[in-house]
Amino acid sequence: MNLIVCIKRVPDTETRIRVDASGKDIDESGVKYIISPYDEYALELALRTREAAGRGEVTVVTLGDSAAQETLRKALAMGADKALLLSAAPVADGLATAKALAAELTGVEAPLVLMGVKASDDDQQQVGPMLATLLDRACVTGVASFEVAEGKVVCHREVEGGTEIVEATLPAVLTVTKGEHEPRLASLKGIMAAKKKPLEEKTAEVPVSRLQVRALAEPPARPPGRVVGEGAAAVSELVRLLREEAKAI
Amino acid sequence: MAKILVFAEQRDGKVSGVAREAVSVAAGLAGPLAADVEVLALGGAGLADAAADLARFGAAAVSVGEHDALAEYNPDGYAGVVVDHVRKGDYAAILFGATTLGKDLAPRVAATLDVPLATDVTGIEAEGGKLSIVRPVYAGKAFATVEIEARPVIASLRPNVFPAVESAAEGAVSTFAPQVDPTSWKVRVVERRQASAGALDVSEATIIVSGGRGMKDPSHWGLLEGLRDALGHGTALGASRAVVDAGWRPHGEQVGQTGKTVAPKLYFAVGISGAVQHLAGMRTAKTIVAINRDADAPIFNVADYGIVGDLFEVVPRLTEEIAALRADS
Ligand SMILES: Cc1cc2nc3c(=O)[nH]c(=O)nc-3n(C[C@H](O)[C@H](O)[C@H](O)COP(=O)(O)OP(=O)(O)OC[C@H]3O[C@@H](n4cnc5c(N)ncnc54)[C@H](O)[C@@H]3O)c2cc1C
Ligand SMILES: Nc1ncnc2c1ncn2[C@@H]1O[C@H](COP(=O)(O)O)[C@@H](O)[C@H]1O
Repeated sequence: MNLIVCIKRVPDTETRIRVDASGKDIDESGVKYIISPYDEYALELALRTREAAGRGEVTVVTLGDSAAQETLRKALAMGADKALLLSAAPVADGLATAKALAAELTGVEAPLVLMGVKASDDDQQQVGPMLATLLDRACVTGVASFEVAEGKVVCHREVEGGTEIVEATLPAVLTVTKGEHEPRLASLKGIMAAKKKPLEEKTAEVPVSRLQVRALAEPPARPPGRVVGEGAAAVSELVRLLREEAKAI
Repeated sequence: MAKILVFAEQRDGKVSGVAREAVSVAAGLAGPLAADVEVLALGGAGLADAAADLARFGAAAVSVGEHDALAEYNPDGYAGVVVDHVRKGDYAAILFGATTLGKDLAPRVAATLDVPLATDVTGIEAEGGKLSIVRPVYAGKAFATVEIEARPVIASLRPNVFPAVESAAEGAVSTFAPQVDPTSWKVRVVERRQASAGALDVSEATIIVSGGRGMKDPSHWGLLEGLRDALGHGTALGASRAVVDAGWRPHGEQVGQTGKTVAPKLYFAVGISGAVQHLAGMRTAKTIVAINRDADAPIFNVADYGIVGDLFEVVPRLTEEIAALRADS
């Protein structure tokens, strides 16, 4: 079974986000980059599916600049078989990204394309279902686990207040959320092997972005924290403040 | 006249709160965009009565598509009907709620209509006929102001951010029979499991009581449930990743960078240290309360009110006092 996993290079979740001089982008100095966390969950499920099937290939795909090679190598070190860099400057418009991915994936024989439920930089939660729509494939979002059956995939999906079991026809695009399996760490052997695995690079055609970032700002600073007191004795004062000052209860 | 469409989500025949908020937002944009507000609700028979309520928030028209096959959400079914509907009119904007359903549906509609989408919007204003849209990025560590150069502008609005404002004008409600062909759907919901009956999701709550590793053991959650119940309607339980990873709580409750980003009116962090990934998900809460025995825990940097102490002493007392307060009022 061949699987494709779309991954994105994003700032480490520890990063303190600072706005650069343009006022529209983040200051990249000192920022460490990682595979977007949900994409790692997607990759983990893809690797497990391939392992369970005992055959097939997992291909990781990213659209990004040359720095994303490192991101792909990490995925290869985790166990992906092949990597594809669609080289282009990433854009803010999720539909433009989805179109560039769709142009590459049209006609590619892979019953499952896995994505993260959201990229942890722009949080758009849209590229997966957009890609599926453009490819006219079934799509299930927020998948925590799935099983492949004859001609279909059965997904466990997280929704408000519960879970759903959803069946989708193959080929399908699934967006993956955190499930019971934590992403594996790359072993030393995996890291060595990754150096020899194929990493193809192609120039991507990304349509003009029709979603433009006009400004990026840090969130309004919160007033400095305030300690009301210590232990259970401070509770009455807390309740009074919540009621009279914050008007929250 | 152009229109602004609000897609109103329903569950079990009840219209979601964010639908009222979205109609109010649309009503505010109607003047500047020279457009009428229209609500579109999809569901099973009898939905019209529930949806009619939305007219009170400034909709000129409420269109209700009733069909047995649409009683519960199906992505292919709903997307098809919404797209057909939009293609019949001139829409300047389409608003969804940024719920699980809205985030599933809106991208499909946007891709079919070939227009971009702004997700999880927390601010939207008309400026010279254009919409200036604010949305959190980096899990709330920054806010981007974006503009969409296409028509209609499609956005999903984060729940609990915009006020629902009643309006004097009352629109007309009409029903229609959508054309649907379930045999063509590629996705089918086989089963729905409620985590616990009636439990409210963190993303919908106005008050959140979150527990972290300081709770020590999953068997202690009765303490937080007690506080939740004392706080009453609109309160949900949340969790840090540490306790989700430990299997104490379901991932649906996780707040933070790899969980939900929330903006409730009141957030209690109980036995949570306040790691950056947790803060990212809740720092825009209106009021934050922290209970932690470590006075140096980073959560105190963002807490409007903190109590340094043992949560096993503080929480029961807090529950008692809040329950007493509510019994009085
Ligand atoms: C990629 C990535 C994504 C992540 N995403 C998230 C996320 O979405 N959400 C998230 O929460 N974390 C996330 N994390 C994890 C985060 O870094 C922290 O590890 C986690 O938030 C810690 O959880 P905690 O505060 O419950 O536990 P701890 O950090 O162990 O804190 C427990 C706190 O309880 C206090 N305490 C102990 N006993 C008592 C007592 N009796 N009374 C009062 N206080 C007590 C302690 O003083 C301490 O401050 C992520 C990490 C990574 C690397
Ligand atoms: N530039 C990209 N390259 C590859 N995959 C991407 C890219 N952007 C987004 N994706 C995929 O789409 C998912 C959702 O992204 P988003 O809609 O931006 O939140 C991500 O988790 C990735 O799987």
